[in-house]
Amino acid sequence: MSDLINSSLRELSAALAAKKISAVELATLFLDRIDRLNPGLNAFIALDRDKTLTQARAADEALKVGAGTTALTGIPLAHKDIFCTKGWRTSCGSKMLANFVSPYDAHVVEKLAAAGMVTLGKLNMDEFAMGSSNETSYFGPVKNPWDVSCVPGGSSGGSAAAIAARLAPAATGTDTGGSIRQPAALCGLTGLKPTYGVASRYGMIAFASSLDQAGPMAKSAEDCALLLNAFAGFDARDSTSLERPTEDYSRDLEKPLSGLRIGLPREFFGDGMDADVRAAVDAALAEYRRLGAITVEVALPNSGLSVPAYYVIAPAEASSNLSRFDGVRYGYRAAEYADLAEMYSRSRAQGFGAEVKRRILIGTYVLSHGYYDAYYLKAQKIRRLIAADFQEAFKACDVIMGPTSPSVAFAFGAKSADPVQMYLSDIYTISTNLAGLPGMSLPCGFGNNNMPVGLQIIGDWFGEAKMLNVAHQYQKATDWHTRMPRLAGAAQ
Amino acid sequence: MSLNLEDVARIALLSRIELSAAERESTRDQLNGILGFIEQLQAVDTTGIEPMAHAVDVVQRLRPDVVTETNRRADFQAVAPETEAGLYLVPRVVE
Repeated sequence: MSDLINSSLRELSAALAAKKISAVELATLFLDRIDRLNPGLNAFIALDRDKTLTQARAADEALKVGAGTTALTGIPLAHKDIFCTKGWRTSCGSKMLANFVSPYDAHVVEKLAAAGMVTLGKLNMDEFAMGSSNETSYFGPVKNPWDVSCVPGGSSGGSAAAIAARLAPAATGTDTGGSIRQPAALCGLTGLKPTYGVASRYGMIAFASSLDQAGPMAKSAEDCALLLNAFAGFDARDSTSLERPTEDYSRDLEKPLSGLRIGLPREFFGDGMDADVRAAVDAALAEYRRLGAITVEVALPNSGLSVPAYYVIAPAEASSNLSRFDGVRYGYRAAEYADLAEMYSRSRAQGFGAEVKRRILIGTYVLSHGYYDAYYLKAQKIRRLIAADFQEAFKACDVIMGPTSPSVAFAFGAKSADPVQMYLSDIYTISTNLAGLPGMSLPCGFGNNNMPVGLQIIGDWFGEAKMLNVAHQYQKATDWHTRMPRLAGAAQ
Repeated sequence: MSLNLEDVARIALLSRIELSAAERESTRDQLNGILGFIEQLQAVDTTGIEPMAHAVDVVQRLRPDVVTETNRRADFQAVAPETEAGLYLVPRVVE
């Protein structure tokens, strides 16, 4: 049974269909593993065995009757704590929501539950998804299962650590500037941020609404395709959800790659990338050439501006979104205050952590009278230049590749003293969010200290099926995505 | 340009985030670090470039003006810090 922790979703589905294991047994297998290993990792911040097993029993019932089941019925997964989950504490990694039990389900949660998936629990994250190392969570940092002295990346660090440690077969994540891809890279997983508008943001606690997007995190591209099939699609409750025909994201997985044109932006292969990351990425590109792809150099001349532009736009949107946390309708309220104004400012001072407050203050400043044009409007114009670069590049290639992160996972505290250094961890991922393009990361080897390296694939708008095909073919030829860390106390 | 302590106090007031005098100093330094970093945007010529507010060009959808949600006041107020008789309680605003 222990091999099930390393099984693909398709294998788990087959085991459930063949009655080799029940949904209750499968959920119990992972819950027991979580009990044993999570204290050393801090990936899960909410667990409820009764709720999980109730959902698993319902899945077993459906599997027995054989009606209304999908390929995912009975398979467990866990949700990043940014997704409202009915009856579950939904904290967004913040003291502000430490007592918030959601009265409703996010669209993504609802769709995955409707597909029969079983919720194992809620996953730790950087507070309000603001961070690249999971060190900003009110509930303490998540440890990287490959080396517990290193960060798992962020903000979906709990999702990444949980899958890497095989505490869950799959998880949900969100990506505003790299929050799915960077932790996937740092923990040796596959993660996909879809095109903006493909997955509904309903019930996903907002950070920067023009950039936020939900996506799947799992061991392989094939798993990600199955998950995306279950939760992508139009939802009228999100005003930016796109009305498009339903897609089968697995449809192209088996297509051969001969003739595939891979664009390599020269800006992604400069001095910023560590030598060990470059070696792993170069080896992956050599593998792609062996699989019949050709590589062409492309240019993204404005990509160097993506981090500064992002740190105007994202905080501006955050300062607006997070104004809803006022200690009136939900969330933390300070114990002592003289009047309404002080109740607001004290509740927010005590309920938000340092990085969240920094971003609200920056966002408020760039939107304030006299500075709006100089900062916010300027950044939006540069955003258009960055997006236009990609469209020019896609004239010469089908997908773009490069590193996901400039380095492998770094030690706790290495970047937390200097916000700008931390922001630069997302230098290769942020431009994709600004342009609204889909991006993914897949494991492509190991670098310094035997830590995982991620290869990034960027597609054109709605290129998810193509990207998953490109990733799947690589994963058929390599086995990086099957490697798992050796954990103290774990029976491997 | 860099922020002084008065600027920081003004931004904190607009943000409704209380900052102590000591926090104001460290916040000023951190914000100036970030503003120094984003200053590089000013050097880019963006003449004639249309601002991009959103990743995709979508227009706001409209829907018929009919009730689609059920009343769940009790559920939603269960997560509020302080309520009474179906109302949210806050400090007195009007004397």
